[in-house]
Amino acid sequence: MSTNEIPLWEVFIRPRNGLSHKHCGSIHAADEVMALQAARDVYTRRGEGQSIWVVRSADIVASDPQDKDELFEPTADKVYRHPTFYDIPDEVGHM
Amino acid sequence: MYSQGLIGADDSTEETPEFLEAFQKRIDSEDKIEPNDAMPEGYRRTLIRMIGQHAHSEIVGMLPEGNWITRAPTLKRKAALLAKVQDEGGHGLYLYSAAETLGVSRAQMTEELLEGKAKYSSIFNYPTLTWADIGAIGWLVDGAAIMNQIPLCRTSFGPYARAMIRVCKEESFHQRQGYEIMMVLARGSEKQKAMAQDALDRWWWPSLMMFGPHDSDSQHGDQSMRWKIKRFTNDELRQKFVDATVPQAEFIGLKMPDPDLKWNEERGHYDFGPIDWDEFWRVVKGKGQMNRERIKARRKAWDEGAWVREAALAHAAKRRARQEANRQAAE
Repeated sequence: MSTNEIPLWEVFIRPRNGLSHKHCGSIHAADEVMALQAARDVYTRRGEGQSIWVVRSADIVASDPQDKDELFEPTADKVYRHPTFYDIPDEVGHM
Repeated sequence: MYSQGLIGADDSTEETPEFLEAFQKRIDSEDKIEPNDAMPEGYRRTLIRMIGQHAHSEIVGMLPEGNWITRAPTLKRKAALLAKVQDEGGHGLYLYSAAETLGVSRAQMTEELLEGKAKYSSIFNYPTLTWADIGAIGWLVDGAAIMNQIPLCRTSFGPYARAMIRVCKEESFHQRQGYEIMMVLARGSEKQKAMAQDALDRWWWPSLMMFGPHDSDSQHGDQSMRWKIKRFTNDELRQKFVDATVPQAEFIGLKMPDPDLKWNEERGHYDFGPIDWDEFWRVVKGKGQMNRERIKARRKAWDEGAWVREAALAHAAKRRARQEANRQAAE
């Protein structure tokens, strides 16, 4: 990135307390203060949020989609991690 | 808010048949494509071009309406128009950020627009002569855009689909405020009614052109449909728009400027007259009434905003240096 390019930030918004922040897009801003201001102007024009996080896009570490199988496939055959794997007689009631 | 049939994208690819087939299988199973996924270069290029054109349309689309903000007839209309134009700026930004996930930079896209290389919706190369034009734009231009954008909420590229969902949620107000302006004028004095009719006469055909060339003349439609970037063809969307809009005009007592327009009982649709494609291509190729003016206005805004961008970066650097100095002093 050249020095006079305005960096990219990812924007996360908490719609209301009790919910987690959710990614909603990105914006360009020179620093974190302006990033928050721009995120507020661009992504919360209709009461979408109670709280905003901005994170420099360059600071996000993401898994590679190529590794998807290696990373996530192993969970598919571990059926014993799910409650339905265990047989409990109906007489026992809801468990 | 304003997408149009794609103009001149290169969707050729050179990938192996196996790769293309596997990709098509993902598309067919309605799996969304996300930015870091492997994708055919043609898919990437088509999307960059399409989302870029869409974003530019939002940004240029602020100009014809911005023209009337200071002259809006009431405070209510002024507040609504300001909010609408601000939304369009926001929509442009959602879309630029969606395009950036495909590896194109915002600076590159801006440069292409300012150099006149990038296309945007031809509709914005028409002038806004009277206040009624603001009503006609909201009702017809935003109406046509919504027709186009609702299916784009299900487009196969994730970030584009998510941006369109946000845009569509906000857009409904745009069309309603436009129709309300037209309704009030149409029920006003003879002079006001004539003004509304004149605006409809001038904006109707260009609105139909927004959907792009006929399917039979559209070079890129098929591949975009196969990749589920588009869900409906240009002609299908245009017909939906005509069917939805004609009764709205009748309701407020305005007449569509098309002598061939009539309900076709057999088809269950309105038939309408031929579109002047020579005019469409003239405008797309830069010979519309306002093409030069629009790019000139964007360049002026860019050049006159240069000091703001420089000042923001200088301020950020100064703050960073000060924070760094404070931290070292504290250690």
